[in-house]
Amino acid sequence: MARMAGRRLLAAVPVLLAVTLGIFAVAAASPFDPAQAYAGTAGLNASQETLDRLRANLGADRPPLAQWWDWLTSALRGDLGHSAALRRPVAQVLAERLGWSVLLGGVAFAVTVLAGTALGVVAARRRGGPLDRLVTGGSYVLQAAPPFWIGLLAIWLFALHLGVLPAGGLTDTGSDTVTPGSVLRHLVLPALVLAASQLPWFVLYVRQSVGDALDEDPVRGARARGLRERTVLLGHALRSGLLPVLTLVGSRVPELITGALLVETVFSWPGIADATVRAATAVDFPLLAALTVLATAAVLLGNLAADLLHGIADPRVGFDG
Amino acid sequence: MWSSAAVAVLAVGAVLIVPPLVQLDEQAVDLSAKLLPPSWAHPFGTDDLGRDLLLRCVHGLRVSLLVGVVAALAATVVGTAVGASAGALGGRADRAVMRVVDAFSSVPHLLMGIFVVAMFRPGVWPVVASVALTHWLTTARIVRAEVLSLRTRPFVDAAVSGGASRWRVGVRHLLPGVLPQAGLAAVLMVPHAIWHESALSFLGLGLPTHRASLGTMIQAARGSLLAGDWWPTLFPGLFIIVPTLAVAGLAGAWRERINPRRRSELML
Repeated sequence: MARMAGRRLLAAVPVLLAVTLGIFAVAAASPFDPAQAYAGTAGLNASQETLDRLRANLGADRPPLAQWWDWLTSALRGDLGHSAALRRPVAQVLAERLGWSVLLGGVAFAVTVLAGTALGVVAARRRGGPLDRLVTGGSYVLQAAPPFWIGLLAIWLFALHLGVLPAGGLTDTGSDTVTPGSVLRHLVLPALVLAASQLPWFVLYVRQSVGDALDEDPVRGARARGLRERTVLLGHALRSGLLPVLTLVGSRVPELITGALLVETVFSWPGIADATVRAATAVDFPLLAALTVLATAAVLLGNLAADLLHGIADPRVGFDG
Repeated sequence: MWSSAAVAVLAVGAVLIVPPLVQLDEQAVDLSAKLLPPSWAHPFGTDDLGRDLLLRCVHGLRVSLLVGVVAALAATVVGTAVGASAGALGGRADRAVMRVVDAFSSVPHLLMGIFVVAMFRPGVWPVVASVALTHWLTTARIVRAEVLSLRTRPFVDAAVSGGASRWRVGVRHLLPGVLPQAGLAAVLMVPHAIWHESALSFLGLGLPTHRASLGTMIQAARGSLLAGDWWPTLFPGLFIIVPTLAVAGLAGAWRERINPRRRSELML
């Protein structure tokens, strides 16, 4: 298993390299000009000579491949460049914001798994029954609804109409200190909305998986032995049905990142997804490039985790992949 | 299934017929009628510039649908071409192409879209291109798998032993076989593309405000929402959800038709 993990990590290196190369290729093909981006509004009436000198200073007059190599070598030394949009080194932006994103994503994922399991089991218990139809139908509606729209409606309902929860940010207005209590209250809405955006696939998979398990021989055997319905459902069907779903969790990192991009923007949550959107709006290439590579690495790690968990959960799966 | 078809026909019909028929300017500003709640005169209410929201939603759906269909078509053509050639060529070329597909799909879609749009902004085409660029991967995988399974069938062997060229086998014998699957993928891709475009537009990276799509409308309504007016946010979102559900229902029926044995209940 350690060997497989090592091999997969090695295989991730060329993928990451290809992604960084792709990023520089897209930037080279685009009308984006680093000198203009650096100069901002001052660049609009700067002389060509000044712009050329700026370009030379930034190294932007060199071929894209050389720029890529420079970026890569300094990135490996820990220098990811400077973010013009947030006015600080990219590495510092990541260090400040990563924790908040992990907190939000972790809480949301825990809520998804707990609520999704409960709803999925309820639906699988009587497939085709009214509860099942309610849960399945609700899942499809939730799947079709954009997370930012749900987030905005949640702000309207809970922050404006009922006034029970804050609408966004990390601290209350008029205070700058981050206390655990205020973070907790500001975390509720974004985490619930992010969880809601991840919920449909989980509910539908659990329903399918537990429902299939209910038709299998071990469950029929448990029923024949006269075990209580509760034991059959939770002790037999859920146990064998939930495992394949849980191993899938790692492969859902891309969807979590997509949801976080939208939810963090709606709630002004100071995480890295919010920074990504700001970087994109301000065409802040160093920040955007670093965040894209980071997200890709997260996806690859998630896939690896899914494969490893699958192997642990199901002994029939070998680790030689 | 019939209700899905009815809703889809209704949505497409409304989008095609209403704008030329009604001849109303959806951009007509009327500041004396701004932010009116839903009523008989304005069933969806009006926005912060006094524009009728029902009319704007229909026009927004029109823009979103256009972007979605164009992007889905482009993605399907690219995906089918790549997947079919990878499957038909086989061997080293196949492995190389699928490696590229794998590398591509390890970047989260919305993030890749954001990156492309940020670099090529502004305009409609970067949005279409970014949605197409992130959506051809699944089609390529589906089509390749289908070609690989078709390649072992006797009728392909017969064509090859009859002296047909590689190109002829590919175009005459393999391509028609993968079209139903590619078509299903294309139909399912349209709501996904619309979703994607709305997200980009909502983040302020999508379509310009004078070509308001549903996402742009939700973005523009944020100010009104924070003042407590819910209708400019609610209705454009419903206009995204209802057609998406209709297409999902239709695609489910289609899937059962072309693939009756696999009765998975999972869609989308």
